Amino acid sequence: MFLPRFLALFLASIGRSAIGLLRGAGRLTLFALETVSHLFRPPWYPVEIGQQLLRIGYFSLPVVGLTALFTGGALALQIYAGGARFNAETVVPSIVAIGIVRELGPVLGGLMVAGRVSSSIAAEIGTMRVTEQIDALTTLSTNPMKYLVLPRVLAATLTMPLLVAISDVVGVFGGFLVGVERLGFNPAAYIRNTVDFLEPSDIISSLVKAAVFGFVLALMGCFHGYHSGRGAQGVGQATTNAVVSASILILAANYLLTEAFF
Amino acid sequence: MSAAAKIELRDVWKSFDGKPVLAGVDLKVMTGESLVIIGGSGTGKSVTLKCILGILHHDRGDVLIDGVPIGRLDRRGFLRHFGMLFQGGALFDSLTVWQNVAFRRRHGRKPLPRREARDLAIEKLRRVGLGPETADLYPAELSGGMQKRVGLARAIATDPQVIFFDEPTAGLDPIMASVINDLIRELVSEMGATAITITHDMTTVRTVADHVAMLHGGKVRWAGLVGEIDTAGDPYLDQFIHGRAEGPIEAVR
Repeated sequence: MFLPRFLALFLASIGRSAIGLLRGAGRLTLFALETVSHLFRPPWYPVEIGQQLLRIGYFSLPVVGLTALFTGGALALQIYAGGARFNAETVVPSIVAIGIVRELGPVLGGLMVAGRVSSSIAAEIGTMRVTEQIDALTTLSTNPMKYLVLPRVLAATLTMPLLVAISDVVGVFGGFLVGVERLGFNPAAYIRNTVDFLEPSDIISSLVKAAVFGFVLALMGCFHGYHSGRGAQGVGQATTNAVVSASILILAANYLLTEAFF
Repeated sequence: MSAAAKIELRDVWKSFDGKPVLAGVDLKVMTGESLVIIGGSGTGKSVTLKCILGILHHDRGDVLIDGVPIGRLDRRGFLRHFGMLFQGGALFDSLTVWQNVAFRRRHGRKPLPRREARDLAIEKLRRVGLGPETADLYPAELSGGMQKRVGLARAIATDPQVIFFDEPTAGLDPIMASVINDLIRELVSEMGATAITITHDMTTVRTVADHVAMLHGGKVRWAGLVGEIDTAGDPYLDQFIHGRAEGPIEAVR
Protein backbone atom coordinates (compact mmCIF):
# COMPACT_ATOMS: atom_id res chain seq x y z
CA MET A 1 0.00 0.00 0.00
CA PHE A 2 2.76 2.37 1.04
CA LEU A 3 5.15 1.47 -1.79
CA PRO A 4 2.82 2.13 -4.77
CA ARG A 5 1.81 5.45 -3.25
CA PHE A 6 5.44 6.43 -2.71
CA LEU A 7 6.27 5.37 -6.26
CA ALA A 8 3.35 7.39 -7.65
CA LEU A 9 4.45 10.49 -5.72
CA PHE A 10 8.04 9.98 -6.84
CA LEU A 11 7.03 9.64 -10.50
CA ALA A 12 4.70 12.63 -10.20
CA SER A 13 7.51 14.79 -8.86
CA ILE A 14 9.77 13.74 -11.76
CA GLY A 15 6.94 14.48 -14.19
CA ARG A 16 6.35 17.89 -12.64
CA SER A 17 10.05 18.75 -12.89
CA ALA A 18 10.18 17.61 -16.50
CA ILE A 19 7.10 19.65 -17.41
CA GLY A 20 8.54 22.66 -15.58
CA LEU A 21 11.81 22.31 -17.47
CA LEU A 22 10.03 22.02 -20.83
CA ARG A 23 7.81 24.98 -20.00
CA GLY A 24 10.87 27.05 -19.07
CA ALA A 25 12.66 26.03 -22.27
CA GLY A 26 9.58 26.93 -24.30
CA ARG A 27 9.26 30.33 -22.68
CA LEU A 28 12.94 31.04 -23.22
CA THR A 29 12.72 30.01 -26.88
CA LEU A 30 9.70 32.25 -27.47
CA PHE A 31 11.47 35.10 -25.67
CA ALA A 32 14.56 34.64 -27.85
CA LEU A 33 12.51 34.48 -31.06
CA GLU A 34 10.56 37.59 -30.13
CA THR A 35 13.80 39.41 -29.34
CA VAL A 36 15.31 38.50 -32.70
CA SER A 37 12.10 39.38 -34.53
CA HIS A 38 12.33 42.97 -33.22
CA LEU A 39 15.63 43.30 -35.05
CA PHE A 40 13.66 43.36 -38.32
CA ARG A 41 10.72 45.49 -37.16
CA PRO A 42 10.96 49.22 -36.45
CA PRO A 43 11.06 51.32 -34.41
CA TRP A 44 14.63 50.86 -33.21
CA TYR A 45 16.28 52.84 -30.45
CA PRO A 46 19.83 53.72 -31.60
CA VAL A 47 20.60 55.80 -28.50
CA GLU A 48 19.82 52.86 -26.21
CA ILE A 49 21.83 50.51 -28.44
CA GLY A 50 24.79 52.94 -28.31
CA GLN A 51 24.59 53.16 -24.52
CA GLN A 52 24.54 49.39 -24.19
CA LEU A 53 27.49 49.00 -26.58
CA LEU A 54 29.42 51.24 -24.23
CA ARG A 55 28.20 49.62 -21.00
CA ILE A 56 28.53 46.02 -22.10
CA GLY A 57 31.47 46.28 -24.45
CA TYR A 58 33.77 49.09 -23.39
CA PHE A 59 33.35 48.73 -19.63
CA SER A 60 33.97 44.97 -19.76
CA LEU A 61 37.40 45.49 -21.31
CA PRO A 62 39.40 45.60 -18.04
CA VAL A 63 37.77 42.42 -16.70
CA VAL A 64 38.25 40.48 -19.93
CA GLY A 65 41.75 41.85 -20.54
CA LEU A 66 43.08 41.03 -17.07
CA THR A 67 41.51 37.56 -17.16
CA ALA A 68 43.21 36.85 -20.49
CA LEU A 69 46.58 38.28 -19.41
CA PHE A 70 46.86 36.09 -16.30
CA THR A 71 45.41 33.04 -18.04
CA GLY A 72 47.94 33.36 -20.87
CA GLY A 73 50.78 33.60 -18.36
CA ALA A 74 49.60 30.64 -16.30
CA LEU A 75 49.01 28.59 -19.44
CA ALA A 76 52.60 29.19 -20.61
CA LEU A 77 53.95 27.96 -17.28
CA GLN A 78 51.72 24.87 -17.25
CA ILE A 79 52.54 23.90 -20.84
CA TYR A 80 56.22 24.42 -20.20
CA ALA A 81 56.05 22.20 -17.11
CA GLY A 82 54.04 19.53 -18.95
CA GLY A 83 56.15 19.75 -22.13
CA ALA A 84 59.39 19.38 -20.14
CA ARG A 85 58.31 15.85 -19.18
CA PHE A 86 58.86 14.69 -22.76
CA ASN A 87 61.33 17.35 -23.95
CA ALA A 88 58.71 19.38 -25.81
CA GLU A 89 59.17 22.80 -24.14
CA THR A 90 59.25 24.50 -27.54
CA VAL A 91 55.53 23.91 -28.08
CA VAL A 92 54.69 26.62 -25.52
CA PRO A 93 54.02 29.49 -28.01
CA SER A 94 51.84 27.42 -30.33
CA ILE A 95 49.82 25.70 -27.60
CA VAL A 96 49.31 28.97 -25.72
CA ALA A 97 48.06 30.59 -28.92
CA ILE A 98 45.74 27.74 -29.81
CA GLY A 99 44.51 27.31 -26.24
CA ILE A 100 43.78 30.98 -25.81
CA VAL A 101 42.27 31.66 -29.23
CA ARG A 102 40.20 28.52 -29.69
CA GLU A 103 39.10 27.90 -26.12
CA LEU A 104 40.12 29.99 -23.14
CA GLY A 105 39.73 33.45 -24.65
CA PRO A 106 36.06 33.05 -25.62
CA VAL A 107 35.06 30.77 -22.73
CA LEU A 108 36.71 32.67 -19.89
CA GLY A 109 35.75 35.99 -21.50
CA GLY A 110 32.18 34.77 -21.82
CA LEU A 111 32.03 33.60 -18.23
CA MET A 112 33.57 36.81 -16.88
CA VAL A 113 31.20 38.98 -18.93
CA ALA A 114 28.30 36.74 -17.86
CA GLY A 115 29.23 37.47 -14.24
CA ARG A 116 29.46 41.19 -14.89
CA VAL A 117 26.77 41.80 -17.48
CA SER A 118 24.08 39.11 -17.07
CA SER A 119 23.80 39.95 -13.39
CA SER A 120 23.57 43.68 -13.95
CA ILE A 121 21.03 43.29 -16.76
CA ALA A 122 18.88 40.95 -14.65
CA ALA A 123 19.06 43.25 -11.63
CA GLU A 124 18.26 46.34 -13.69
CA ILE A 125 15.35 44.87 -15.66
CA GLY A 126 14.12 42.98 -12.57
CA THR A 127 14.02 46.21 -10.58
CA MET A 128 12.19 47.86 -13.45
CA ARG A 129 9.69 45.00 -13.35
CA VAL A 130 8.99 45.22 -9.62
CA THR A 131 8.79 49.03 -9.63
CA GLU A 132 6.31 48.92 -12.56
CA GLN A 133 8.70 50.75 -14.90
CA ILE A 134 8.13 48.04 -17.52
CA ASP A 135 4.35 48.53 -17.25
CA ALA A 136 4.99 52.27 -17.53
CA LEU A 137 6.89 51.72 -20.77
CA THR A 138 3.90 49.83 -22.17
CA THR A 139 1.52 52.62 -21.22
CA LEU A 140 3.88 55.08 -22.93
CA SER A 141 3.41 53.19 -26.22
CA THR A 142 6.90 51.70 -26.02
CA ASN A 143 7.45 47.97 -26.42
CA PRO A 144 9.75 46.89 -23.55
CA MET A 145 11.19 44.11 -25.68
CA LYS A 146 12.30 46.66 -28.26
CA TYR A 147 13.44 49.31 -25.79
CA LEU A 148 15.08 47.16 -23.11
CA VAL A 149 15.81 43.68 -24.41
CA LEU A 150 16.87 44.10 -28.04
CA PRO A 151 19.51 46.83 -27.39
CA ARG A 152 21.16 44.73 -24.67
CA VAL A 153 21.14 41.48 -26.64
CA LEU A 154 22.32 43.18 -29.82
CA ALA A 155 25.07 45.10 -28.01
CA ALA A 156 26.38 41.97 -26.29
CA THR A 157 26.29 39.94 -29.51
CA LEU A 158 28.20 42.64 -31.40
CA THR A 159 30.74 43.54 -28.73
CA MET A 160 31.68 40.09 -27.46
CA PRO A 161 33.65 39.21 -30.65
CA LEU A 162 35.56 42.49 -30.29
CA LEU A 163 36.19 41.84 -26.61
CA VAL A 164 37.34 38.32 -27.30
CA ALA A 165 39.58 39.45 -30.17
CA ILE A 166 41.28 41.83 -27.75
CA SER A 167 41.33 39.15 -25.07
CA ASP A 168 42.98 36.70 -27.50
CA VAL A 169 45.74 39.21 -28.23
CA VAL A 170 46.21 40.04 -24.53
CA GLY A 171 46.17 36.35 -23.57
CA VAL A 172 48.84 35.50 -26.13
CA PHE A 173 50.79 38.52 -24.91
CA GLY A 174 50.52 37.18 -21.32
CA GLY A 175 52.03 33.90 -22.54
CA PHE A 176 54.70 35.84 -24.43
CA LEU A 177 55.67 37.84 -21.33
CA VAL A 178 56.05 34.72 -19.21
CA GLY A 179 57.71 32.80 -22.03
CA VAL A 180 60.30 35.50 -22.65
CA GLU A 181 60.87 36.88 -19.15
CA ARG A 182 60.46 33.74 -17.06
CA LEU A 183 61.16 30.81 -19.36
CA GLY A 184 63.87 32.38 -21.51
CA PHE A 185 62.27 32.11 -24.97
CA ASN A 186 63.65 34.26 -27.75
CA PRO A 187 61.05 37.01 -28.37
CA ALA A 188 61.22 36.88 -32.17
CA ALA A 189 61.03 33.08 -32.21
CA TYR A 190 58.09 33.13 -29.79
CA ILE A 191 56.14 35.52 -32.00
CA ARG A 192 57.04 33.62 -35.17
CA ASN A 193 55.92 30.34 -33.63
CA THR A 194 52.65 31.88 -32.54
CA VAL A 195 51.83 33.50 -35.88
CA ASP A 196 52.90 30.54 -37.99
CA PHE A 197 50.87 28.08 -35.99
CA LEU A 198 47.55 29.93 -35.90
CA GLU A 199 45.08 29.33 -38.74
CA PRO A 200 42.21 31.53 -39.89
CA SER A 201 39.74 28.86 -38.72
CA ASP A 202 41.08 29.25 -35.15
CA ILE A 203 40.25 32.94 -35.19
CA ILE A 204 36.87 32.43 -36.86
CA SER A 205 35.96 29.79 -34.30
CA SER A 206 36.93 32.19 -31.49
CA LEU A 207 34.85 35.05 -32.83
CA VAL A 208 31.80 32.91 -33.64
CA LYS A 209 31.89 31.48 -30.12
CA ALA A 210 32.16 34.98 -28.71
CA ALA A 211 29.11 36.21 -30.63
CA VAL A 212 27.04 33.21 -29.49
CA PHE A 213 28.17 33.67 -25.88
CA GLY A 214 27.31 37.37 -26.06
CA PHE A 215 23.82 36.55 -27.29
CA VAL A 216 23.36 33.90 -24.60
CA LEU A 217 24.58 35.96 -21.65
CA ALA A 218 22.52 39.04 -22.52
CA LEU A 219 19.46 36.96 -23.31
CA MET A 220 19.64 35.17 -19.96
CA GLY A 221 20.03 38.47 -18.11
CA CYS A 222 17.03 39.95 -19.92
CA PHE A 223 14.90 36.80 -19.61
CA HIS A 224 15.36 36.37 -15.88
CA GLY A 225 15.07 40.10 -15.18
CA TYR A 226 11.93 40.39 -17.30
CA HIS A 227 10.29 37.51 -15.43
CA SER A 228 11.60 38.54 -12.04
CA GLY A 229 9.51 37.75 -8.97
CA ARG A 230 8.30 40.39 -6.56
CA GLY A 231 10.45 42.35 -4.15
CA ALA A 232 14.15 42.35 -3.37
CA GLN A 233 14.17 38.55 -3.06
CA GLY A 234 12.65 38.15 -6.53
CA VAL A 235 15.28 40.43 -8.08
CA GLY A 236 18.07 38.65 -6.18
CA GLN A 237 16.83 35.29 -7.40
CA ALA A 238 16.57 36.58 -10.97
CA THR A 239 20.16 37.81 -10.79
CA THR A 240 21.46 34.49 -9.49
CA ASN A 241 19.47 32.53 -12.07
CA ALA A 242 20.77 34.76 -14.86
CA VAL A 243 24.43 34.20 -14.00
CA VAL A 244 24.06 30.47 -13.34
CA SER A 245 22.03 29.75 -16.47
CA ALA A 246 24.21 31.98 -18.67
CA SER A 247 27.35 30.22 -17.41
CA ILE A 248 25.94 26.74 -17.97
CA LEU A 249 24.58 27.61 -21.41
CA ILE A 250 27.93 29.16 -22.39
CA LEU A 251 29.76 25.99 -21.43
CA ALA A 252 27.20 23.80 -23.23
CA ALA A 253 27.27 26.02 -26.34
CA ASN A 254 31.07 25.94 -26.20
CA TYR A 255 31.08 22.17 -26.45
CA LEU A 256 28.61 22.17 -29.35
CA LEU A 257 30.54 24.86 -31.23
CA THR A 258 33.84 23.10 -30.59
CA GLU A 259 32.31 19.96 -32.08
CA ALA A 260 31.12 22.00 -35.05
CA PHE A 261 34.57 23.51 -35.66
CA PHE A 262 36.45 20.30 -34.82
CA MET B 1 -30.13 54.94 -27.82
CA SER B 2 -27.47 55.71 -25.21
CA ALA B 3 -23.87 56.47 -26.28
CA ALA B 4 -21.25 53.73 -25.86
CA ALA B 5 -19.29 53.96 -22.63
CA LYS B 6 -15.67 55.04 -22.99
CA ILE B 7 -14.60 52.02 -20.94
CA GLU B 8 -16.80 49.06 -20.08
CA LEU B 9 -16.15 45.78 -18.31
CA ARG B 10 -18.70 43.00 -18.70
CA ASP B 11 -18.49 39.99 -16.42
CA VAL B 12 -14.68 40.07 -16.33
CA TRP B 13 -12.89 37.20 -14.60
CA LYS B 14 -9.22 36.87 -13.77
CA SER B 15 -7.52 34.20 -11.66
CA PHE B 16 -3.97 33.72 -10.45
CA ASP B 17 -2.87 30.14 -9.72
CA GLY B 18 -6.50 29.07 -9.73
CA LYS B 19 -7.52 31.74 -7.22
CA PRO B 20 -10.06 34.18 -8.71
CA VAL B 21 -9.24 37.83 -8.07
CA LEU B 22 -11.89 39.21 -10.40
CA ALA B 23 -15.05 37.11 -10.39
CA GLY B 24 -17.45 38.82 -12.77
CA VAL B 25 -16.68 42.54 -12.64
CA ASP B 26 -19.14 44.87 -14.40
CA LEU B 27 -18.14 48.52 -14.75
CA LYS B 28 -19.00 51.40 -17.03
CA VAL B 29 -17.17 54.72 -17.34
CA MET B 30 -18.66 57.36 -19.63
CA THR B 31 -16.56 59.86 -21.57
CA GLY B 32 -15.31 62.71 -19.42
CA GLU B 33 -16.34 60.95 -16.22
CA SER B 34 -14.07 60.40 -13.23
CA LEU B 35 -14.60 57.01 -11.62
CA VAL B 36 -12.88 56.07 -8.39
CA ILE B 37 -12.56 52.37 -7.56
CA ILE B 38 -12.26 51.60 -3.86
CA GLY B 39 -11.85 48.36 -1.97
CA GLY B 40 -9.56 46.60 0.47
CA SER B 41 -6.08 45.38 -0.36
CA GLY B 42 -6.09 42.38 -2.68
CA THR B 43 -9.60 42.97 -4.00
CA GLY B 44 -8.34 43.33 -7.57
CA LYS B 45 -8.31 47.08 -8.12
CA SER B 46 -4.89 47.13 -9.81
CA VAL B 47 -5.72 43.91 -11.68
CA THR B 48 -8.82 45.64 -13.07
CA LEU B 49 -6.71 48.51 -14.41
CA LYS B 50 -4.14 46.13 -15.89
CA CYS B 51 -6.90 44.11 -17.60
CA ILE B 52 -8.26 47.30 -19.16
CA LEU B 53 -4.78 48.18 -20.39
CA GLY B 54 -4.14 44.68 -21.71
CA ILE B 55 -1.03 44.34 -19.49
CA LEU B 56 -2.88 41.36 -17.98
CA HIS B 57 -5.19 39.20 -20.06
CA HIS B 58 -8.55 38.50 -18.47
CA ASP B 59 -9.77 34.90 -18.44
CA ARG B 60 -13.41 35.56 -19.27
CA GLY B 61 -15.79 38.40 -20.08
CA ASP B 62 -15.36 41.53 -22.18
CA VAL B 63 -13.32 44.68 -21.79
CA LEU B 64 -14.57 47.31 -24.24
CA ILE B 65 -13.06 50.67 -25.15
CA ASP B 66 -15.50 52.89 -27.05
CA GLY B 67 -17.58 49.75 -27.54
CA VAL B 68 -14.72 47.81 -29.15
CA PRO B 69 -13.35 44.70 -27.38
CA ILE B 70 -9.69 45.26 -26.49
CA GLY B 71 -8.72 42.16 -28.48
CA ARG B 72 -9.83 43.97 -31.67
CA LEU B 73 -8.74 47.45 -30.57
CA ASP B 74 -5.89 49.40 -32.16
CA ARG B 75 -3.97 49.21 -28.89
CA ARG B 76 -1.18 51.55 -29.98
CA GLY B 77 -3.79 54.08 -31.07
CA PHE B 78 -5.52 53.84 -27.70
CA LEU B 79 -2.26 54.16 -25.77
CA ARG B 80 -1.32 57.27 -27.75
CA HIS B 81 -4.17 59.07 -26.01
CA PHE B 82 -3.63 57.48 -22.63
CA GLY B 83 -1.73 58.48 -19.49
CA MET B 84 -1.15 56.73 -16.19
CA LEU B 85 0.18 57.72 -12.79
CA PHE B 86 1.63 54.64 -11.09
CA GLN B 87 1.52 54.01 -7.36
CA GLY B 88 5.29 54.26 -6.89
CA GLY B 89 5.71 56.79 -9.69
CA ALA B 90 7.45 54.21 -11.94
CA LEU B 91 9.82 56.91 -13.13
CA PHE B 92 12.76 55.68 -15.19
CA ASP B 93 15.80 55.88 -12.90
CA SER B 94 18.28 56.27 -15.71
CA LEU B 95 16.55 59.31 -17.21
CA THR B 96 16.34 62.85 -15.88
CA VAL B 97 13.05 64.37 -14.83
CA TRP B 98 12.48 66.17 -18.13
CA GLN B 99 13.37 63.04 -20.11
CA ASN B 100 10.81 61.10 -18.07
CA VAL B 101 8.11 63.69 -18.68
CA ALA B 102 8.86 64.00 -22.39
CA PHE B 103 9.45 60.26 -22.87
CA ARG B 104 6.53 59.68 -25.18
CA ARG B 105 7.29 62.83 -27.17
CA ARG B 106 10.90 61.72 -27.62
CA HIS B 107 10.15 58.07 -28.45
CA GLY B 108 6.86 58.34 -30.32
CA ARG B 109 6.17 58.08 -34.01
CA LYS B 110 7.28 61.65 -34.69
CA PRO B 111 9.92 62.37 -32.04
CA LEU B 112 10.26 65.99 -31.00
CA PRO B 113 13.70 67.59 -31.17
CA ARG B 114 15.48 67.61 -27.80
CA ARG B 115 15.07 71.33 -27.08
CA GLU B 116 11.39 71.35 -27.96
CA ALA B 117 10.72 68.23 -25.87
CA ARG B 118 12.56 69.76 -22.92
CA ASP B 119 10.52 72.97 -23.17
CA LEU B 120 7.32 70.96 -23.26
CA ALA B 121 8.41 68.93 -20.24
CA ILE B 122 9.21 72.11 -18.30
CA GLU B 123 5.76 73.47 -19.15
CA LYS B 124 4.12 70.26 -17.87
CA LEU B 125 6.28 70.35 -14.74
CA ARG B 126 5.15 73.90 -14.13
CA ARG B 127 1.56 72.72 -14.49
CA VAL B 128 2.04 70.33 -11.58
CA GLY B 129 3.83 72.92 -9.47
CA LEU B 130 7.47 72.06 -10.12
CA GLY B 131 10.04 74.62 -11.27
CA PRO B 132 12.47 74.26 -14.18
CA GLU B 133 15.30 73.60 -11.71
CA THR B 134 13.92 70.07 -11.22
CA ALA B 135 14.14 69.28 -14.94
CA ASP B 136 17.73 68.02 -14.91
CA LEU B 137 17.52 66.09 -11.65
CA TYR B 138 17.23 62.30 -11.53
CA PRO B 139 14.16 60.68 -9.90
CA ALA B 140 16.30 59.38 -6.99
CA GLU B 141 17.08 63.00 -6.07
CA LEU B 142 13.39 63.86 -5.55
CA SER B 143 11.11 63.47 -2.53
CA GLY B 144 8.09 61.13 -2.72
CA GLY B 145 5.70 64.03 -3.33
CA MET B 146 7.88 65.45 -6.09
CA GLN B 147 8.13 62.03 -7.73
CA LYS B 148 4.32 61.82 -7.73
CA ARG B 149 4.14 65.23 -9.38
CA VAL B 150 6.66 64.21 -12.02
CA GLY B 151 4.62 61.04 -12.61
CA LEU B 152 1.56 63.23 -12.98
CA ALA B 153 3.36 65.54 -15.41
CA ARG B 154 4.38 62.48 -17.46
CA ALA B 155 0.79 61.17 -17.41
CA ILE B 156 -0.58 64.44 -18.81
CA ALA B 157 2.32 65.17 -21.17
CA THR B 158 0.32 64.34 -24.29
CA ASP B 159 -3.03 65.73 -23.06
CA PRO B 160 -4.53 62.24 -22.96
CA GLN B 161 -8.20 61.41 -23.35
CA VAL B 162 -8.02 58.67 -20.74
CA ILE B 163 -5.99 58.78 -17.52
CA PHE B 164 -5.55 56.15 -14.81
CA PHE B 165 -4.33 56.98 -11.33
CA ASP B 166 -3.10 54.06 -9.23
CA GLU B 167 -3.11 54.99 -5.52
CA PRO B 168 -2.08 58.59 -6.26
CA THR B 169 -1.68 59.57 -2.61
CA ALA B 170 -0.10 56.38 -1.23
CA GLY B 171 2.90 57.17 0.97
CA LEU B 172 2.33 60.93 1.00
CA ASP B 173 1.72 63.15 4.01
CA PRO B 174 -1.84 64.54 4.31
CA ILE B 175 -0.93 67.99 2.99
CA MET B 176 0.91 66.64 -0.06
CA ALA B 177 -1.92 64.13 -0.58
CA SER B 178 -4.39 67.00 -0.62
CA VAL B 179 -2.25 68.93 -3.12
CA ILE B 180 -2.08 65.88 -5.42
CA ASN B 181 -5.85 65.28 -5.11
CA ASP B 182 -6.62 68.89 -6.03
CA LEU B 183 -4.20 68.71 -8.96
CA ILE B 184 -5.81 65.53 -10.28
CA ARG B 185 -9.30 67.03 -10.05
CA GLU B 186 -8.16 70.23 -11.76
CA LEU B 187 -6.34 68.40 -14.55
CA VAL B 188 -9.16 65.97 -15.21
CA SER B 189 -11.75 68.78 -15.35
CA GLU B 190 -9.49 71.02 -17.42
CA MET B 191 -8.69 68.34 -20.03
CA GLY B 192 -12.14 66.77 -20.05
CA ALA B 193 -10.43 63.40 -19.75
CA THR B 194 -12.02 60.12 -18.73
CA ALA B 195 -10.33 59.09 -15.49
CA ILE B 196 -10.18 55.97 -13.36
CA THR B 197 -8.54 56.24 -9.97
CA ILE B 198 -7.95 53.43 -7.53
CA THR B 199 -7.42 54.34 -3.92
CA HIS B 200 -7.99 53.54 -0.26
CA ASP B 201 -7.97 57.21 0.63
CA MET B 202 -11.46 58.60 1.25
CA THR B 203 -10.20 62.18 0.80
CA THR B 204 -9.14 61.23 -2.71
CA VAL B 205 -12.56 59.67 -3.32
CA ARG B 206 -14.41 62.80 -2.25
CA THR B 207 -12.09 65.16 -4.16
CA VAL B 208 -11.59 63.29 -7.41
CA ALA B 209 -14.68 61.15 -8.03
CA ASP B 210 -17.84 61.76 -10.02
CA HIS B 211 -18.76 58.10 -9.57
CA VAL B 212 -17.52 55.48 -7.13
CA ALA B 213 -17.37 51.70 -7.45
CA MET B 214 -16.45 49.43 -4.59
CA LEU B 215 -14.79 46.08 -5.32
CA HIS B 216 -15.25 43.23 -2.88
CA GLY B 217 -15.06 39.48 -3.35
CA GLY B 218 -14.02 39.90 -6.97
CA LYS B 219 -17.19 41.81 -7.93
CA VAL B 220 -18.45 45.38 -7.88
CA ARG B 221 -20.18 45.44 -4.51
CA TRP B 222 -21.59 48.95 -4.89
CA ALA B 223 -21.51 51.65 -7.57
CA GLY B 224 -23.03 55.09 -7.60
CA LEU B 225 -22.48 58.84 -7.45
CA VAL B 226 -19.90 60.13 -5.00
CA GLY B 227 -22.60 62.14 -3.24
CA GLU B 228 -24.47 58.94 -2.43
CA ILE B 229 -21.75 57.02 -0.63
CA ASP B 230 -22.70 58.28 2.85
CA THR B 231 -26.36 57.41 2.44
CA ALA B 232 -26.07 54.26 0.33
CA GLY B 233 -26.83 51.99 3.28
CA ASP B 234 -24.58 49.19 2.02
CA PRO B 235 -22.91 47.62 5.07
CA TYR B 236 -19.69 46.80 3.17
CA LEU B 237 -19.38 50.31 1.77
CA ASP B 238 -20.28 51.80 5.12
CA GLN B 239 -17.61 49.82 6.92
CA PHE B 240 -14.99 50.71 4.29
CA ILE B 241 -15.62 54.45 4.14
CA HIS B 242 -15.66 54.76 7.91
CA GLY B 243 -12.66 52.46 8.33
CA ARG B 244 -14.34 50.28 10.96
CA ALA B 245 -12.66 47.06 12.07
CA GLU B 246 -16.06 45.48 12.78
CA GLY B 247 -18.41 44.66 9.97
CA PRO B 248 -19.00 42.24 7.11
CA ILE B 249 -15.50 42.79 5.65
CA GLU B 250 -13.05 40.60 7.53
CA ALA B 251 -10.26 42.76 8.97
CA VAL B 252 -7.66 40.03 8.48
CA ARG B 253 -7.59 38.73 4.94
